[in-house]
Formats: sequence, C-alpha cells, structure tokens
Amino acid sequence: MQFGLFTVSDVTTDPTNDITPTEHERIKALVTIAKKAEEVGLDVFALGEHHNEPFVSSSPTTTLAYIAAQTEKLLLSTATTLITTNDPVKIAEDFAMLQHLSDGRVDVMMGRGNTGPVYPWFGKDIRDGIPLAIENYALLHKLWSEHTVDWQGKFRTPLQGFTSTPRPLDDVPPFVWHGSIRSPEIAEQAAYYGDGFFANNIFWPKEHYMKLIGYYRQRFEHYGHGTADQAIVGLGGQAFMRTKSQDAVNEFRPYFDNAPVYGHGPSLEDFTEQTPLTVGSPQQVIDRYASMREYFGDYQRQLFLMDHAGLPLKTVLEQLDILGEEVVPVLRKEFAKDRPAHVPDGPTHASLVAARDAVAEQFAVAEQSAVPELVDGRN
Amino acid sequence: MTTRKLAVVSAGLSQPSSTRLLADRLTQATVDRLKENGTEVEVTVIELRDLAQDVTNNLLTGFASPKLQAALDAVTESDGLIAVTPIFTTSYSGLFKSFVDVIDPDSLTDLPVLIAATGGTERHSLALDYAMRPLFGYLHAVVVPTGVYAASSDWGSGSDSSSLSNRIGRAAGELATLVRESDRSSTVRDPFALPKGFSPVGGFGAQ
Repeated sequence: MQFGLFTVSDVTTDPTNDITPTEHERIKALVTIAKKAEEVGLDVFALGEHHNEPFVSSSPTTTLAYIAAQTEKLLLSTATTLITTNDPVKIAEDFAMLQHLSDGRVDVMMGRGNTGPVYPWFGKDIRDGIPLAIENYALLHKLWSEHTVDWQGKFRTPLQGFTSTPRPLDDVPPFVWHGSIRSPEIAEQAAYYGDGFFANNIFWPKEHYMKLIGYYRQRFEHYGHGTADQAIVGLGGQAFMRTKSQDAVNEFRPYFDNAPVYGHGPSLEDFTEQTPLTVGSPQQVIDRYASMREYFGDYQRQLFLMDHAGLPLKTVLEQLDILGEEVVPVLRKEFAKDRPAHVPDGPTHASLVAARDAVAEQFAVAEQSAVPELVDGRN
Repeated sequence: MTTRKLAVVSAGLSQPSSTRLLADRLTQATVDRLKENGTEVEVTVIELRDLAQDVTNNLLTGFASPKLQAALDAVTESDGLIAVTPIFTTSYSGLFKSFVDVIDPDSLTDLPVLIAATGGTERHSLALDYAMRPLFGYLHAVVVPTGVYAASSDWGSGSDSSSLSNRIGRAAGELATLVRESDRSSTVRDPFALPKGFSPVGGFGAQ
C-alpha cells in the first residue's frame, strides 16, 4: 500500500489574511512540500498539469525532475497528465527521460482535463475528449512497448519508422494510472490494458465510486489480467487535523467556506459526511480512511490533497508532520491486517521489472519442457 | 393491475402556493383518468422549495445530496412528469431551471411531460410555449399538446369550455394516455453502458 500527496498547484488567496502567494512562492512551496513528503515517510508525490491561471504547474516533468534530484525514495507521479491535449509522443519522451533521471521513481496518471478553453488552445475539441484519451494513449502505449513504430490515427500526424527516445528504463515503461471521476469508458480503458485506475473521489459521495471501481475490477478480470481483487486501484482523500477535533474544525472552516471548488456551497458538516474530506483529530482521520477498504476493496494507493484552499505553507507542513508521523504508520498497519497475499502492492519500477522477468522465466521454462514433449510426440 | 409512477415537480416559493394548488389539481385529474382504465399510480410530489439549498450545492459541487438524489431518481425513473412553475420575469423560475440543470440531460428521453405554470395575469401564458416546451423538447421528453396556465383570475372563473378545470381535464387525459403506455419505470438502466462501437484502443487501435 502506497500513501502520498497529490496537488493541483492552485495559487489561492488565504481567506484569513488576504495574502496571495506569488507564482514563484507557490512553485517553491510545491518543491518544499514534496521534499517534506519524503522526510515524513510518505511514498508518492503527484503533481497536476494545468494551462490556465490560477494554477502554476504547466510543466510537471520539469518540476518532478527537480524534485527527483533532491529526494532518494519518493515516487513521483502526476495528477493528472493531459492525455487529450498533449502530444503522446512528447509524453512518451518526457516521462521516459524522467524515469531514467529518477532511477525508476516515476509513474504517470492520465486524465482528460475539464477546462473547456484548454482544448482549443492546444488545437483540440473538448467534444473529442474521450476519443482523444483513447487514441492518444493507444499510441503512447505502443511507443513505450515497441521499439520502432508505424502509426496512423485520427488526431495526430502519422508516424513511419519512429522510435521514441530514450527507451524506457530497463525496457519497462512507467506504470500508468487512468484517472476518472465518472466515465465508464476510462475505467474500461484501464481494465483493458491492465493499468491502474485512480478514482478521484474527493468531491463526490462514495456510493458512486463503489460502483465505478467495482466496474473497473470486474472488467480487469474480464480482460484476463488477474482476479477482480487484484486490479490496481487508487483513491483520493482530504484531511485537516489538529490534536483536538474542534480546533481542526475552527481553523479549517474559513478555508473550506471559501475554497475554489466547494466554497459557498454545502456546509463543512454536510461535505465531510458526503465526501472523504475529514476534519478533526488524527484518530478520526485514521478511522475514516481505514474504513475505505470496506467500501472499495483492498487497494494500492491513497493520495491526499493537503495544500489547497489557500492554506499557508507553514500549516501544510504541520499537516504533513501529523499525516506522516501519526496517521499513515497506523493506516499501514490497518491496511496490512487480513490483506490477502494475492492482492498486489502498489506498483514500483522494481516490482514491474520483477514481474516482467518472472513472465520471461516462465516462458523459458515452458519452452524447455515443451521440447521433449514434442520429440516424444513424434516418437 | 398495472402500476405506473408519476412524478410531480412544483416550483412554487410561497406556502401555501397556487403553483402547488395547480400541481395537485393536475395530479388528481391524471390519477383519476388512469384509475378509470385500471391503472394504479404511485405519485411522488417534489416541492423544489424544500430542495433549494441542495440544488444550489449540486450546481457548485457537481453532486447531489442524498435528499436531492432521491428526487432526481423519482423524476428520471417515472412514467410521467407534471412540471409546474410560477412564471417570473417572462419565464420559468430560476429555482425550476436550476433543478432541471442538475438532471442528467439524457435521462428524460421519451418521458411524457405535462407542463403547467402560474402567474399574476393571463398575459404571460405563452411562457409555457416559448420557454417550458422547448426546454423539455431539448431534453427529448414528450410534452403533451395542452399546457395549463393558471392566472390569479382563473381561480375564480366558471366552468365553461375554456375554464381552468376544463383545461386541467384535457391535459390530464393526454398525459394519462402516454403514462399508461410507458415502460420507463420498469426499465433497468446500465449506468456503465459504453457508447455503441466503443473500443478501448480507439478506431485505429488494431493497427
């Protein structure tokens, strides 16, 4: 089980003092937060991609490479990489490069992006969102799994004899997650390839995601990648913690009430009841997230959104201390309890290389044992 | 005995409201017509005033509270809808439109709908035909020919051929005919149905 952070990289005014960080401050804060994640023992840092204000992260691989150079163990990921408006060739190259530089500490989460104007700004049409996600990923997958690629599709200029460089580290591409809020097409796509499925559940009730994840698990099994409970599932989450529950509520409420996504809408109480947002003591957060497996099955990755709604960096770092020192160690134990041995851990480069080698060995053994049988058969 | 489900949406803001009064008259007339022909009816009345906060929250967050979801399910899984709004500033009320805006736009296809409205004077009666009817037309619902508009003065009119009670009766008859034929409430919908021809590798993926 992997625990980590994901961030959308928003520049938001702190509603309690009207201070707005500069882009430069926010970008540096992202790096500080990522390094802190490693320091407090988290496994993953995932960065969003946006091409409009008030977001600063337009170039995730640049940022992640800079973070990779200053960390040792942290797995670097995205939340999400826009498979619709980016050229899949450039995604293949950028992430393979990052994979080499970080010695395999990278995976990637595909997403469509829901900001209408970004599509035409990049020469695309939002009504093609799903077809773009499907076709572009088909090409990306091919570029990573085959050395020399001939390709023709609907959305991109054709390729003849093209090799994406550098080749993936150890010839094993970065693990791919497909992020989705509601589209069964994306769950189907993730299941088809045997890739991971990340349900970004932070704004919506769990009932919806129980069904969507159930569907992905069922289709994962259908496509022959393993049993339904071996499908690779990631979930989002949000928490704000103080030792005393009421202190957390009091401190977080102005940020909640003015937050860009849900501010001025439902009450903090309703929203915490209906979504994974948990505001209270560390024990309340432990109880809430330890119960997730009851609804979604044993899963592989839990990402928390911690730096949002204008929370100052100092507060975010305090939250990461609590998350890393008090919450996640307990959650690791809770999630390990009664977890069936055949349920895989969160994928890493090492686990993917091992899995690839195991398959190759099986084939080798099968070939060796197949030869005498054939000879016998002829006799 | 067959059973059909009828949903009634009333967007009146005052309590008591003439919009609810009209909705109740239309409901009773429709239920009576269906029963005359041996069809039982389950009626769910949705007062939008009770859901006003939830509707606004759904517009902001993108998801429905459990209470609002129950109302949305009642509408989308019904065999017929009676939709009644007050006319504000030449059109349906903002609350009524906000409720329609949080309904999945594909979920009212083929739904028989009776449109009705209330207003201070008869001068706004065409709002039914230039606002309400195109709204449900866009959603591929089937709107019955007779829309019922009740101005304040209608509540004191007699029972000649153009009276309110006469219009209610005609509209209810039209709706009842369609509701009886509907199989929407007994149809199982697959929320994960993929679009026809969908391939997880795309149209060119086989290359």
